[in-house]
Amino acid sequence: MIANNLKHALFCAVITLVISYPILGFNLVARGVDITLTGADATTLVMVALAALIVFGFQLFRDRIVGTITDITRPGFGTHKEPMEENRRARIESWVLTGILVLALFWPFFVSRGSVDLATLVLIYIMLALGLNVVVGLAGLLDLGYVAFYAVGAYTFALLSEYLGVSFWMALPIGALLAALFGLLLGFPVLRLRGDYLAIVTLGFGEIIRILLNNMTNLTGGPNGIGGIPEPTLFGMEFGRRVKEEGNTSFHETFGIAYSSEHKVIFLYLIALVLAVITALVIRRLMRMPVGRAWEALREDEIAAKSLGLSRTAVKLSAFTIGAFFAGFAGTVFASKQGFISPESFVFLESAIILAIVVLGGMGSQMGVILAAIAVTILPELAREFSEYRMLIFGAAMVLMMVWRPQGLMPMRRIHIELKKQE
Amino acid sequence: MLEVQNLSMRFGGLLAVDQVSLDVNEHEIVAIIGPNGAGKTTVFNCMSGFYKPTGGKILFQGKEIQGTPDYKISRLGLVRTFQHVRLFSRMTVVENLLVAQHRHLNTNLLSGILNTPNYREKEQKSLDRAAYWLDRVGLTDMANREAGNLAYGQQRRLEIARCMVTEPRLLMLDEPAAGLNPAETKDLNRLIISLKEDYNVSVVLIEHDMSLVMDISDRINVINQGRPLASGTPDEIRRNDDVIKAYLGEA
Ligand SMILES: Nc1ncnc2c1ncn2[C@@H]1O[C@H](COP(=O)(O)OP(=O)(O)OP(=O)(O)O)[C@@H](O)[C@H]1O
Ligand SMILES: [Mg+2]
Repeated sequence: MIANNLKHALFCAVITLVISYPILGFNLVARGVDITLTGADATTLVMVALAALIVFGFQLFRDRIVGTITDITRPGFGTHKEPMEENRRARIESWVLTGILVLALFWPFFVSRGSVDLATLVLIYIMLALGLNVVVGLAGLLDLGYVAFYAVGAYTFALLSEYLGVSFWMALPIGALLAALFGLLLGFPVLRLRGDYLAIVTLGFGEIIRILLNNMTNLTGGPNGIGGIPEPTLFGMEFGRRVKEEGNTSFHETFGIAYSSEHKVIFLYLIALVLAVITALVIRRLMRMPVGRAWEALREDEIAAKSLGLSRTAVKLSAFTIGAFFAGFAGTVFASKQGFISPESFVFLESAIILAIVVLGGMGSQMGVILAAIAVTILPELAREFSEYRMLIFGAAMVLMMVWRPQGLMPMRRIHIELKKQE
Repeated sequence: MLEVQNLSMRFGGLLAVDQVSLDVNEHEIVAIIGPNGAGKTTVFNCMSGFYKPTGGKILFQGKEIQGTPDYKISRLGLVRTFQHVRLFSRMTVVENLLVAQHRHLNTNLLSGILNTPNYREKEQKSLDRAAYWLDRVGLTDMANREAGNLAYGQQRRLEIARCMVTEPRLLMLDEPAAGLNPAETKDLNRLIISLKEDYNVSVVLIEHDMSLVMDISDRINVINQGRPLASGTPDEIRRNDDVIKAYLGEA
């Protein structure tokens, strides 16, 4: 046992050295036209050695360390506690949620513009993650190209407004429906595939959409993207300093207040908030409906589900389509918030981040997913100076989660169904 | 009501089922018995649409159903259980029973989101039916447990209840007594007879437990190495020399 651990720890330390020394230990320095290779300074070398030592130590005492940490975290987290009485829990939960919602409504009037902007982004990610949660968490379909539907929503709005002058409110349902249609069309051929194959094909689809957008230069502007996407209006009132479109009035003049660029940001935030709440409520409802149960049943045991008369294609397609619908929703809001979109915003990394949110939050759990969306979006902004290491931190967080809490931050809890007693 | 004519199923070089025929009438319990690997489950898999048979016909209420997709066959009222219990183990017991009643989901998406009275009424009906069958198989206290946490015998009963909430015409049970203790087997015995008597469901059952088979079956079909060996009433089968030889030879 100990010899085995020692061997393993040595191996890990050597690997650490082998990987980190060439990456950190050498620098390419440009001298005039040549580039030369120089060794790193002493501190870096010491750090590399230290890292290897830490890895060695951790691997050597791994069982004990992991054991203690699991012991520490166990009692604190909900799953093992005595279950609260069902009605009381539901009541407390709804109070807390209402409280949070009221806070979220008034909060933007007291903080800086930057935070409101960030919060809007968080809300967009919440919508995306809730949508993907349907596909991955509930229906169990690994979709790595989810960002494609997000792109469809965003580009629908951008193109419609560029060429036809369609407003945000018109584009919102159109974008979502078009994304859903894409989901349906892609779903048809693809949903026969299982697990890994499905993941690969959806990954490919995501890339195809992005590359198409990149190359259809005369329609989408290619890598240059599309700018000048209008902000939403409030009953025909615009939020800009000057009215852009005929027939509209401007918000600050109507209400006789001074113009402030913050109005626009706050308005967008509120729209995103309302849409995110709608998304959450609708999906929550779906989960308690026959469709929602069918998604889970098919994920749990496909053969049994089919033997009970559930059509595999119909159930999977519905999950895929509904997921895509909400991505389209989020895409439209995103386009409006940025005012400018390009294929850059819809790379694979984006899909990966949304997927990570779902996994971190706990597959199928709405609260968990919302918490994870907040964490994943805000933490990198708070730790700006670490931005280079963002992916590293991200990866480390994922690994840690998988080791200690593979079921996610807040695992999905089953709803309690009251039955009438039989006489 | 069900007629299987010269059913054959070939897996590559292996002829797992060879010219098997059987029929089931309304209000009847028919057993299929045979040694391990005889092809009993394969016959079920063909009947429930999991396999497309390589030969023969299956008629259900006069309609040919061989090769029809599984979920459609189940909607016709031909529902089965599995040799190895297949529950939705991370869903609760009630949810298992609700899912079984969800074959037409696309029609009520919007009314469900809006929670219309019509939708609520339908949900309540499903719930009532679930509650009824939970009571019937004695699982009411377990209603909100995860199905995977039930004891084995309870899982077996839940699987039967899950079939019954779909209101089938014909129920196919694949070794329902496997892994049950004698008391549980006796309960199962009574349950199956009551399915026939009180709910007018015909039953086809595969079973190794001879006392159960002899007790409740109206007719028995014996299969050996994919081929039909004998068929008749329990008394005829008990006296049939071929059957005795096949079974004793095995044992
Ligand atoms: N999908 C399949 N592919 C290949 N061979 C199969 C397949 N399904 C069943 N078989 C073979 O067909 C034969 C009959 O199997 P089947 O499961 O029908 O037997 P059974 O009568 O149900 O036996 P048991 O009493 O053990 O359940 C076996 O030899 C089995 O290996
Ligand atoms: Mg079998």
